[in-house]
Amino acid sequence: MEIKALISKLHPFERKVLPYLKQKKELVEIVAVSGLQEIEVMRALQWLENKKLLILITEKKKVVNLDSNGLKYQKDILPERKIINELTEQFQSLSTLSHRLKLSLEEINACIGQLKQRMIIDLKKEKDLMIKFGPQGKKFLTEKTIEEKFLIKSFPIDYNSLSDVDRFALDELKKRKDFIKIEEVKSVTVTLTDLGKKLASLDLTQDVVNRLNTGMLKTGDWKNKEFRAYDVEINVPSIYPGKIHFVNQAIDYAKTIWTEMGFKEMTGGLVATSFFNFDALFVPQDHPARELQDTFYLGGKFEKGKLPDADLVKKVKAAHENGSGTKSKGWNYIWNPEEAKKNVLRTHTTVLTSQTLFNLKGEKLPIKRFAIGRCFRNEALDWKHLFEFNQTEGIVIDENANFRHLLGYLKEFFKKMGYPQARFRPAYFPYTEPSVEIDVFHPVRKEWVELGGAGMLRPEVVIPLFGRDVPVLAWGPGFDRIIMEYYQITDLRNLYQNDFKQLREIKSWLK
Amino acid sequence: MPTVTLNKTVFEKLLGKSLPLEQLKDRISMLGTDLEKIEENKIEVEIFPNRPDLLSEQGLARALASFIGLKPGLKEYKVKKSGYQVIVDKSVNMRPYTACALVKNLSFDDEKIREIMQIQEKLATTHGRNRKKSAYGLYPSKTLNFPINYIAKDPNTIKFKPLGFDQEIIAKKVESLHPKGREYAHLAMGWDKYPFFIDSKNKVMCMLPYTNSEETGKIDATTKDVFVECSGTDLNNVKVALNILVTMLADMGGEIYSLEVVYPDKTIITPNLTPEKIKLDLVYINQRLGLKLTDKEAQQLLGKMGFGYDQGNVLIPSYRSDILHQVDLAEDIAIAYGYENFKEELLDIFTIGEENYLEKYSNLIRKILIGLKLLEVKNYHLVRADELNERMCLDQEIIPLKNALGEYNYLRNSLFSTLMRNLKDNQHNEYPQNIFEIGDIFEPDRNTITGIKEKRKLGILLCHEKTDFTEIKQVLDCLLNSLGLKGLIKESQHLSFIPGRVGEVYVNNRSVGYIGEFHPQVLMNWGITVPVVGLELELSSLF
Repeated sequence: MEIKALISKLHPFERKVLPYLKQKKELVEIVAVSGLQEIEVMRALQWLENKKLLILITEKKKVVNLDSNGLKYQKDILPERKIINELTEQFQSLSTLSHRLKLSLEEINACIGQLKQRMIIDLKKEKDLMIKFGPQGKKFLTEKTIEEKFLIKSFPIDYNSLSDVDRFALDELKKRKDFIKIEEVKSVTVTLTDLGKKLASLDLTQDVVNRLNTGMLKTGDWKNKEFRAYDVEINVPSIYPGKIHFVNQAIDYAKTIWTEMGFKEMTGGLVATSFFNFDALFVPQDHPARELQDTFYLGGKFEKGKLPDADLVKKVKAAHENGSGTKSKGWNYIWNPEEAKKNVLRTHTTVLTSQTLFNLKGEKLPIKRFAIGRCFRNEALDWKHLFEFNQTEGIVIDENANFRHLLGYLKEFFKKMGYPQARFRPAYFPYTEPSVEIDVFHPVRKEWVELGGAGMLRPEVVIPLFGRDVPVLAWGPGFDRIIMEYYQITDLRNLYQNDFKQLREIKSWLK
Repeated sequence: MPTVTLNKTVFEKLLGKSLPLEQLKDRISMLGTDLEKIEENKIEVEIFPNRPDLLSEQGLARALASFIGLKPGLKEYKVKKSGYQVIVDKSVNMRPYTACALVKNLSFDDEKIREIMQIQEKLATTHGRNRKKSAYGLYPSKTLNFPINYIAKDPNTIKFKPLGFDQEIIAKKVESLHPKGREYAHLAMGWDKYPFFIDSKNKVMCMLPYTNSEETGKIDATTKDVFVECSGTDLNNVKVALNILVTMLADMGGEIYSLEVVYPDKTIITPNLTPEKIKLDLVYINQRLGLKLTDKEAQQLLGKMGFGYDQGNVLIPSYRSDILHQVDLAEDIAIAYGYENFKEELLDIFTIGEENYLEKYSNLIRKILIGLKLLEVKNYHLVRADELNERMCLDQEIIPLKNALGEYNYLRNSLFSTLMRNLKDNQHNEYPQNIFEIGDIFEPDRNTITGIKEKRKLGILLCHEKTDFTEIKQVLDCLLNSLGLKGLIKESQHLSFIPGRVGEVYVNNRSVGYIGEFHPQVLMNWGITVPVVGLELELSSLF
């Protein structure tokens, strides 16, 4: 890289540190002379290494340091010194000697063995242990022991730099309590490359603009100066925007599909009476879906709600019991109003269809409505099951609507959702007849996938609610599966985990 | 929805034809069942609840044979009179109805026995609503003596050997000692007498709704003649169940014999396989389907679905009970026509689409808040009781669920609880953590139809080292300003917040929510160690 270009990219830290690198090799030394903080010097060195101006060698070194007792006896007199200074040519009692010198048994034991080995003392066992000078003893009145010589060194010391004699002293001192600690220290050494050496010899103290600021702009101080060049290719820290939750983004997208097709949104409560959630939809009161294990029932004081309009109740009762008023046989059982009062967390958005049909009674046709929202089923949470899930559905009410139109709407709807190939199979729902199951050809997985159900509402549903037998087309795909596919989520619980990292980093919905 | 596993060899033999695998899969799917898979010699198929007649190889083969044109039209089954009787005593008011038949000249092997066991079980689970509505028994009839009595007795006075036992026990003990007794004891709550089938020589045949007796025995390879009883709380239901079972046995090679079932008030002959006659309303059906079928075409299509046709009347097979209305005939005709053969059309109507106003308003608020770099979260509506009260230092009336399987069994009455839970779960992620949620909460309210009022609320929590009241008030001001609203805060009390650092928010002279710094006790309860401020507003009060 061209030298000038290289220099223009140098950060102020690098400019400061580089000149010292001709003399200093060790990180600690560089920090000392440069006046920068260690972290600033390390950054500079790393950047310089990236620019191929130097090579950093990080080593783990073994280093010898003095522990508490070692530090203490740098100043104090070692027990063996005290002993040597008290020795004579005559034997004396060791215990009396140590008593006089106020030495503990521990201190004696620490050094007596070596003193004997080195023939500095002579020992004799009589009634007491007796001690006097050994052949080498007198020498040490004036000469320091190797341990004493070791202790007066300056620490810490690089282990590898110790001489054999030093090693020996070290080993001896290691045997004593809290004298020595040997540590692993990271050391960073710098070796300049040829390019680095060249640059280090240059004068790097040009007047270079780092940050452009208001002062400079006002005074024009930036003119005739160079801007430090940045490495525009490196990574920078991430920032995150505020975000709409990705499930809501998907829901918004679903809404546009409906509204673009001319459907108006219908809304209603998440809690409903069984009357609208089941009975008005011609679901018999002994249907398995109404059982405790599938549906959430409200408890305590909230178990039952009120039945709606008495006339409607009468008509629904008749439809269930014998179909009268609807030209049907009905389910042939005694309909129980108490069962219909039971409050549930809605099990499908179709409850909004039944409420809406009732509220729209007598309105001019055609009518098109859609709903999208949370529904509930009594499950424990695991990776394949949630107790809350999203459903969407649409209805078309028109005198001339028929089965072919239902299939037409379905094709159009799923095409808009990104599935141009759809096929239809017979299905079963208690409130529609005929009923349809829709498979779409998954463009990525290259296979047919079941995506939703549809049908024409039964007259036993439409007549009591809407007042007359008019065709009502109804359909709705399962929605959460589509969200999971788009975001490659395999565990349903991740939809509402609300892990902020996930939410901050997840891509936006764009279809 | 029940799934059955069918023997492919038996099925194809009954069908009378062996189809290539892909065609077999396709035709079964388009008949009106949910094919799960065909693997080796097993066909696994999910049967819709309104077609219990398809729960066996015989039933499905019968339907498919007419569907693919091999044997179209109403299948005829011959019924002879046996001359025997079943006498129903008035004491069986807990399960008043029974329909019975004899089927003779059968020959059983392991496979056939598997088939009848499967249909008994699946039929009782679906059509019989887990034995609550009806349950069925098949008995070797060789050792039975007619007339058979269907009578209720005190279970402490009857002794018999239940199926699988080698000793007689007191009938009442079946509920504790026999697996079927234990499983279905809940159906007999409040009964002091239990229904039994007892033959004329006082032999106990079975105890309802639990089990046959070991003496009467099980069907095995030596059985030739079978007594079938279907009993329960709905006469039509048991009749249809009997029809399904006897036609299946007939398709296995048996001969059907009817019995007289003598009720206190009437005598009926079962099985009655005479098809029901319903007048075909072809105009209505054509209208519904968007087709222009002629009578002849309709007749032919009905034939594919196993119906008969006689001068404008459709003959409904006796094993089907799902034809309630013309729309049911319409669906069968559509299936016969082939859903894949309908020409789709778009309805020529013009309507304008629109999103609901509350939803539009909520979306606008979302946009404003993300402009302040707040992160939207989305939580469940169900929470734990302590998350609503104890942890928030509150004691409010909360709404429970009766039967939640999981641990979340209350309806949330505030967004604060779920927002706090989010902060608690994200302590390993970067701060600041400034989050919001727009969602529905639930409050008791006698004046609504359900007794519960749902409100759309906005909840915001700001969480980082330097957050304070000023910051959350800035967010509130910014939000109201962007919405074109004027709001003010009045000093207030709220146990979740630090006293002196909480206010009630008023917009258009209505109280719409609270704002403040959360009490350290609340934070401690949640295990949160970073300060939190927040607000909650009711959205529908704002516009």
